[in-house]
Amino acid sequence: MSDAYDVIVVGSGPGGYVCAIRCAQLGLKTALVERDKLGGICLNWGCIPTKALLRSSEIWHLMHRLDEYGFSADNFKFDIAKIVARSRAVSQQLSTGVGFLMKKHKITVIAGDARLAGKGKISVTKDGKATEYAAKNIILATGARARTLPGLEPDGKLIWTYREAMVPPSFPRSLLVVGSGAIGIEFASFYRTLGSDVTVVEVMDRVLPVEDEEISAMAAKAFTKQGMKLKTGTTVTELKKGADNVTCTLKAKDGKTEQVTVDRVILAMGIVGNVENIGLETAGVKVDRTHVVVNQWGETGVPGVWAIGDLVGAPWLAHKAMHEGVIVAERIAGVKGVHPLKTDNVPGCTYCWPQVASVGMTEAKAKATGRKIKVGKFPFIGNGKAIALGEAEAEGLIKTVFDADTGEMLGAHMIGTEVTELIQGYTIAKTGELTDQELAHTIFPHPTLSEMMHEAVLAADGGALHI
Amino acid sequence: MATQILMPALSPTMEEGKLAKWLVKEGDKVKSGQVLAEIETDKATMEFEAVDEGRIGKILVPAGAENVKVNAPIAVLLADGEDANAVVNISAAMKSIQEAVKNEAPKAAAPAAKAPDAKPAVAPVANDGKRIFVSPLARRIAAQKGIDLAALSGTGPRGRIVKSDIENAKPGQKPAAASAGAVTGMSLPDARLYYKKENYEEIPHDGMRKTIAKRLTAAKMLIPHYYLTIDCRLDSLMATRAKLNEAAGKNAAYKLSVNDFVVKASAMALMKCPDVNASWTEDAILRHAHADVGIAVALPFGLITPIVFKAEEKGLADISNEIKELAGRARDKKLKPSDYEGGGFSVSNLGMFGIREFTAVINPPQSAILAVGAGEQRAIVVDGKIEVATMMTCTMSCDHRVIDGATGAKFLQVFKQFIEEPASMLL
Repeated sequence: MSDAYDVIVVGSGPGGYVCAIRCAQLGLKTALVERDKLGGICLNWGCIPTKALLRSSEIWHLMHRLDEYGFSADNFKFDIAKIVARSRAVSQQLSTGVGFLMKKHKITVIAGDARLAGKGKISVTKDGKATEYAAKNIILATGARARTLPGLEPDGKLIWTYREAMVPPSFPRSLLVVGSGAIGIEFASFYRTLGSDVTVVEVMDRVLPVEDEEISAMAAKAFTKQGMKLKTGTTVTELKKGADNVTCTLKAKDGKTEQVTVDRVILAMGIVGNVENIGLETAGVKVDRTHVVVNQWGETGVPGVWAIGDLVGAPWLAHKAMHEGVIVAERIAGVKGVHPLKTDNVPGCTYCWPQVASVGMTEAKAKATGRKIKVGKFPFIGNGKAIALGEAEAEGLIKTVFDADTGEMLGAHMIGTEVTELIQGYTIAKTGELTDQELAHTIFPHPTLSEMMHEAVLAADGGALHI
Repeated sequence: MATQILMPALSPTMEEGKLAKWLVKEGDKVKSGQVLAEIETDKATMEFEAVDEGRIGKILVPAGAENVKVNAPIAVLLADGEDANAVVNISAAMKSIQEAVKNEAPKAAAPAAKAPDAKPAVAPVANDGKRIFVSPLARRIAAQKGIDLAALSGTGPRGRIVKSDIENAKPGQKPAAASAGAVTGMSLPDARLYYKKENYEEIPHDGMRKTIAKRLTAAKMLIPHYYLTIDCRLDSLMATRAKLNEAAGKNAAYKLSVNDFVVKASAMALMKCPDVNASWTEDAILRHAHADVGIAVALPFGLITPIVFKAEEKGLADISNEIKELAGRARDKKLKPSDYEGGGFSVSNLGMFGIREFTAVINPPQSAILAVGAGEQRAIVVDGKIEVATMMTCTMSCDHRVIDGATGAKFLQVFKQFIEEPASMLL
């Protein structure tokens, strides 16, 4: 057995590698175990490569509006292989970048499958050979994978998960997307923009069901306008594979069934934590369904064993995992003044077209707390920059929800161009506990889309200036 | 030349007040002595009269504005022939002052603007004068809940106080009620910490409630109270009272109560025991020349103690009628500060509620208060025999800095003689 580490992190996704860097920064002797590529799902099969794909579809969309901006061109085409190749190159660049970061921080990277092996020990298996490592602290960050349901299993050819959807060997002319959360809707948006006939099935009564109802309804309207078929309150009861297509049986809430035949199916019905084969049972780490149970500090209850990220549950977001990684690293190093993560301050972004972003409570949820609230709204059509960009679509809105008595920002919800870049402003406000007054007194630069954030705050008191 | 009309000080202690109502409009001609506005202090509503004549050029503080500081300009008076342009100049100069007033009274002074209360964002300061770091949200919730930030330590970055610190504020931390009570250093936790919001109704303090809290908390904490209790036999007083009231006949010019006798007897006793009729200051005791006796009057919305001045010179009928008149004005909120400020002694009577005896809190700057119980028939022992007598128990609270035990006891002895034999007050 080699020298003991202060910390061994299992899993090099955004939670794991950020945690390792923070540990190293705080002077802890750190190792990082990864069975696949550095960067985990986020860099290799999630956040980043999908953003590369969506950038291509966005450009495709703009090319169809060339005339509007004063250009003319014809006979333009896309090559799905090139689009995918660019996306893979982006992932590769970042994964390599994580490798450099590990080196820079003198973090030992161990390749292989890790497993808890008694108090303060893990065993890492690579090519059938197991090596044992000792660590005072073991941080589990093994992430999650796509959820499958009986009868709805991916085969990698006709029925895909995000993994295959990201690297299509050919462009599907028609698609059925099961699930309208961020993952499902981003793929639906990508393929629809490039011209696929896309049907989205959602079991809940609205798309993007975690978002504010009003935003969700506007998104549905925009998607429908783009030609996407949305089937809410609907489940998939059967997927019957043909030679190069799938016949799907859909069942609506009222019991009516219908059949749709598509080239490919994408399953995006949520995720399950990777809790298997890492020795949780023998170590005595508690698991609730598919997630490791932890307290506010990421402690599993087994001394020296911590867990973060998708493995410990929702919201399944890279930035939430990163923040938990930092919290655990600082707890281990004994940094003073560490605060538990506040779920209400975790922003969420969906990079569909139009984009959707939010932080905190929806209007309905804020109301349900029983407090007096005030809501401000400002549409893209009232914003000069949006109009100049040609992005003042009808389905563009920024909405704020405040506690009427204290001025606390309870939530903010956005739909429209580049809102994923805007939401951080409200997240800072929430984290810094600014109230409506400080936001109202903040000077936003003109002309920017961010002015709508100011207006949406003023609107909560009936004081929006440009509407 | 246009002149400013300033917020008047309607009593020596008044620092600010509410401009309850304007009785004139911009452009109105006013004469000297004409009532311009009603000003509300913590105790009473008073009429504010014009000193000079002229025309109201501009009203600077709208009706309803609270916490208007004494001497703040509230209106502009134009001389004869002057036009409203004069107002423009003067009001420009006054803009900053007006802003200040606005900030003091955000709700009332900005009636149309739906803007959130624009309280100036003054950084809170700890007792040692150091700045307290606190998030804007935490500051606002603390102000709403009445939590003193100085008593908290923050868990945010660099010790900044954040919302959760306010929410976790536990017993032992200073509520604003303490600052209303003007007693620093000690305090009780905010009562709201103990109850669910749905289980109580919140009645915000009015000026009178704040004054009661402030004065009585200060009185009870700063004045070394001690108590003397004495029983008085009322049979003779009751007979005298019945005779006098009967003599007044129908459409009586007076109707004496037992309390009127108590006030008169107190006044007479004060004159005989001048050591009790006194006030404490840090370097001297002020011995009062007259018996100015305060009467505690219960109101639906609080309590006030108007004073019968020079009670020693007044007959029972005068005292009786004056008390009735003062109580009436107290209920109508029409007392002037000169009606209730000062005094040398107070009487608080809860006999009408059947209270046998109780103790009262001294009403500063006075040094003693007499708590009067019910007149009731009791079995007493006289010369070894049990007799039925109408008795009344009185307890005097004394400020020991001014009145020593024997001095207080002597006063009560004299008082008892007057009560038990009212005719002796004629001597």
